[in-house]
Amino acid sequence: MENLVEAKALTKHFGAFEAVRGIDVEVRRGEAFGFLGPNGAGKSSTMRMISCVSGRSGGELKVLGMDPGRDGPKIRARLGVVPQLDNLDTELTVRQNLQIYGRYFGMSRQRCREKAAELLEFAQLGDRADHEVEPLSGGMKRRLTIARSLVNDPELLLLDEPTTGLDPQARHLLWDRLFRLKQDGVTLIITTHYMDEAEQLCDRLVVMDGGRIAAEGSPSELISRYSTKEVLELRFPPGARKPDLERFADRVEVLPDRLLLYTHDGEHVLAKVHEQGVQPVQSLVRRSSLEDVFLRLTGRTLVD
Amino acid sequence: MTQTLDRAGQAKPASVGLLWRVIPPGLYGGRAGMLVERSVVVNRRAWFVLIGGAFEPMLFLWSLGLGFGQMVSSVAGPDGRPISYAAFVAPALLAASAMNGAVYDATFNVFFKFKYVKLYDAMLTTPMGPMDIAIGEISWALLRGGLYSAGFLAVMLGMGLIVSPWALLALPVALLVAFAFAAVGMAATTFMRSWRDFDLVQLAVLPLFLFSTTFYPLSVYPGWLQVVVSWTPLYHAIELMRGLTLGVVGWGALGHVAYFAVLAAVGTVVAARRLGKLLLD
Repeated sequence: MENLVEAKALTKHFGAFEAVRGIDVEVRRGEAFGFLGPNGAGKSSTMRMISCVSGRSGGELKVLGMDPGRDGPKIRARLGVVPQLDNLDTELTVRQNLQIYGRYFGMSRQRCREKAAELLEFAQLGDRADHEVEPLSGGMKRRLTIARSLVNDPELLLLDEPTTGLDPQARHLLWDRLFRLKQDGVTLIITTHYMDEAEQLCDRLVVMDGGRIAAEGSPSELISRYSTKEVLELRFPPGARKPDLERFADRVEVLPDRLLLYTHDGEHVLAKVHEQGVQPVQSLVRRSSLEDVFLRLTGRTLVD
Repeated sequence: MTQTLDRAGQAKPASVGLLWRVIPPGLYGGRAGMLVERSVVVNRRAWFVLIGGAFEPMLFLWSLGLGFGQMVSSVAGPDGRPISYAAFVAPALLAASAMNGAVYDATFNVFFKFKYVKLYDAMLTTPMGPMDIAIGEISWALLRGGLYSAGFLAVMLGMGLIVSPWALLALPVALLVAFAFAAVGMAATTFMRSWRDFDLVQLAVLPLFLFSTTFYPLSVYPGWLQVVVSWTPLYHAIELMRGLTLGVVGWGALGHVAYFAVLAAVGTVVAARRLGKLLLD
């Protein structure tokens, strides 16, 4: 299978600070690949290196089979980039944002007009085409940024925290657009600190922490490898002493406000806990998620 | 114009061999023209602001040349022959307006786009590089400055202040002067941290405007100050312009041209490299 991105022992440091500490990554054509990790894990630095706007400090990196250090412009011509913060051109209208961006890729004016019309529809911004950019809602700006990144029909689309700061409805609308791209055969690389986003969108992902890769696999693989089928969450009043329940579960995680009991049968464990006379404020049995994988791997929760 | 823009878009990196040695590969995508096109689209809606800028030097000309000129019967021209005060001050205002326009575009406007709109970050995710940005922004400053200079020259012609065919060269010279100031201004902008630093731009530009023999000849200064003034850029621009519009042109003019060519080249390279460093860390 063809790899669109290949990194070996890739590092990035800013002065004495090491943002990326030697990671190996392969992204295959047609897949949706995720970097999951908390803020400061080195995801964005990695993305910037892949999008050829930041040089690597060490290791090897190939994007679309080329060296970003030498063929940056050539690679960027075939990439779509959605940055963490929208950087739309506020001096242009919605439509002009798409058209002029196409011109930066050297597309003809005619082609830019056609592409802009097509993408306005894709982003569901047709009725705002000739409006200013500034008054658009967060979700609309995000969709426009994604539409803009598609202007050159990229083979590889890089999305850095695509839904951070959006309300649930806007997020789902955006995920729907990304699914559609995936079906059209566009390779996606997504960074996120939302586990639901990673589970929804990614075929394969790496969990990053402190500039290193902690684990790699599909969401379901990671969950079965690093967690149990179910989780029993017991919530206790703030400051209360939490009972020792180690013997009832495969593993127990102690969080400030609750206990997480990892087991293959949550209800069964809950019944046993009740037998012991333990009375949590609240109890919940749920399936394991990537959040649990992350907790297991790093000892910390993903979202603060 | 459409054609020139398209040609710029197709320029291959190979055609800039000399540049290649100074600018590391990957910094230039050969698409600077697209940035100029963007500026045209943006300013199409604000054309009255553009036109407005052309009036500033004309107001100075009418106030000083016509008003103040009444009190000064005549001044010694570049070759010693007496000329009207308006004819003396007009070419200087032409040079100064080339400087002002270029500096404004390349400092305030560039800083705004760089720091707040993050325009250049967005551009760098396309095949464009920092060199395209530097050349594109400087070219736009030039086009705008050229427009003002052409308008001002037309007014000078109408007022009978142009007496030599050499004045035909005043427009390209105004462009060169604007290029140099824009390039140096943009290079300086890459070192600015906040709007407060722009007071320094004013601090540099205003004394240049006032003291570079704009309003009176160099001979009013004591000897040592004459030497200082004769090193400043606007002085060279004014000398060139006066020579051209009054038809007093010697080999020394080439020296002035070389001065600006060097400023332009150094400014562009420094601006592109600094942008690369700031945006592509």
